[in-house]
Amino acid sequence: MSVPHYMTSGMGGMRTAGDLVARMEFTKNMKIDAAKDYVAKKLGLVVEDLADVTVMREQRELQKLGLVTGMPGAPRGIVAKMNIEKVLGIEINSCKVVREQMGF
Amino acid sequence: MVNDVLSRMGDSARYYTNRQQIIDDIEVGTADAADAAGIPVMTADEIEALADIMCAKDRTVGITPGREVVFTEDACIECMYTDNGNCGNGVDMGRLEASLIMERSMAMDSLELAINDYSVKAVKPLLANEIQALEEINMLMTVPYFYGSMTNLGIYYAPDGPHGNPADLMREFKVDEAREAAENAAIQMADDIVYVSTALMKAGAEGYNFDTIGSAGDADFYGALIGIKKLREEYPNVYINTGMSSENVLGIHGDLEFEGHQLAGIYPNEQVKLCEMVGANSFGCVINTNTSKSSAWNIARAVTITKDCVKHANIPVHVNQGMGVGGVPMCECPPIDILSRANKALVELANVDGI
Repeated sequence: MSVPHYMTSGMGGMRTAGDLVARMEFTKNMKIDAAKDYVAKKLGLVVEDLADVTVMREQRELQKLGLVTGMPGAPRGIVAKMNIEKVLGIEINSCKVVREQMGF
Repeated sequence: MVNDVLSRMGDSARYYTNRQQIIDDIEVGTADAADAAGIPVMTADEIEALADIMCAKDRTVGITPGREVVFTEDACIECMYTDNGNCGNGVDMGRLEASLIMERSMAMDSLELAINDYSVKAVKPLLANEIQALEEINMLMTVPYFYGSMTNLGIYYAPDGPHGNPADLMREFKVDEAREAAENAAIQMADDIVYVSTALMKAGAEGYNFDTIGSAGDADFYGALIGIKKLREEYPNVYINTGMSSENVLGIHGDLEFEGHQLAGIYPNEQVKLCEMVGANSFGCVINTNTSKSSAWNIARAVTITKDCVKHANIPVHVNQGMGVGGVPMCECPPIDILSRANKALVELANVDGI
């Protein structure tokens, strides 16, 4: 069911800025429009760019936020999440625990 | 009037109808929802807009660009590899592979780790295994990654659990004993929620998705609220999603209150306030699908109840739109024509923050 839901109204997850907008809903209890505004400002974009896979593919590569397609050397997973923390100004629990394990 | 509009019943059966019949069904559906939940009916403009969505000639419909929302899910990675009557595809793979496929190929905005027996009680004896899997998968996942399970008070009752079964006790007219069993089971469930969820947060889970809350009635909701409140006190910054099991809380106990609020019979507009109170970050409202009614009737009900919930919520509302809820027909493989119509209606007319 993920595909028809995405085709109808989905932001697109890592294809676009869907995961970043979702993080602001969960981190700050932001409603969808406030979350989009916040993410757009932090990325230096306009709200319309956030669900545009062409814009976001490039931006995610430039800002090292994780890509859906293979790109040697481009961060994904925990490294991308640590970059997301910095860009959005939030703390992500998985990153916090890894930093503690590393003694930071 | 010619019956030239393809539509569906609540069980997904295809039939042809016309715009006037669609409008009639919407009016009856919204009135039914308003009566049940004590909330306003859809406005005339909203009824016309929903009729436009239902009568669109295209096979699928989509939202206006700019209205995109984000998605949460419940154990959808399980559906990649299970094949036991739970709508799974039965493709043999591990949870890491399933998570990465859902993240990178299915455009999911958030995901969760879960086990096949999707209940907090079942996670407890497997906690070390789950933490090990979580630590490994956390290294590779980029989207928000919850742990998730049902609260599922039902399995704390005999024959599966240590507490007397309220249904059996009530059949013997032992009402006080039934209530006592429900209260004791709820406290044990709350303890398990705290034990399991705090251990997972300590290990680096980004949040917990409490799914299908209230499936065993008001005592289930009661235990969940107690457990979630304690989790929030211990972990102020983790994500907590609270998803319900049905549109109103069944009063199986009937007299339970949480911090002065009666639980039996409440609808999403009140459920969400209690979830906010204990520290949830997002709320998944449920509106049941009636298989004997048309999709126009069901979607109108879903829009009416969800819109009122969103209006009262201070946290994001992610409406449940799986099989048999949120205007989606009750069937294993919902047709994309009616699924897309239900989705568009809930986003554009009920103003949800996610699905």
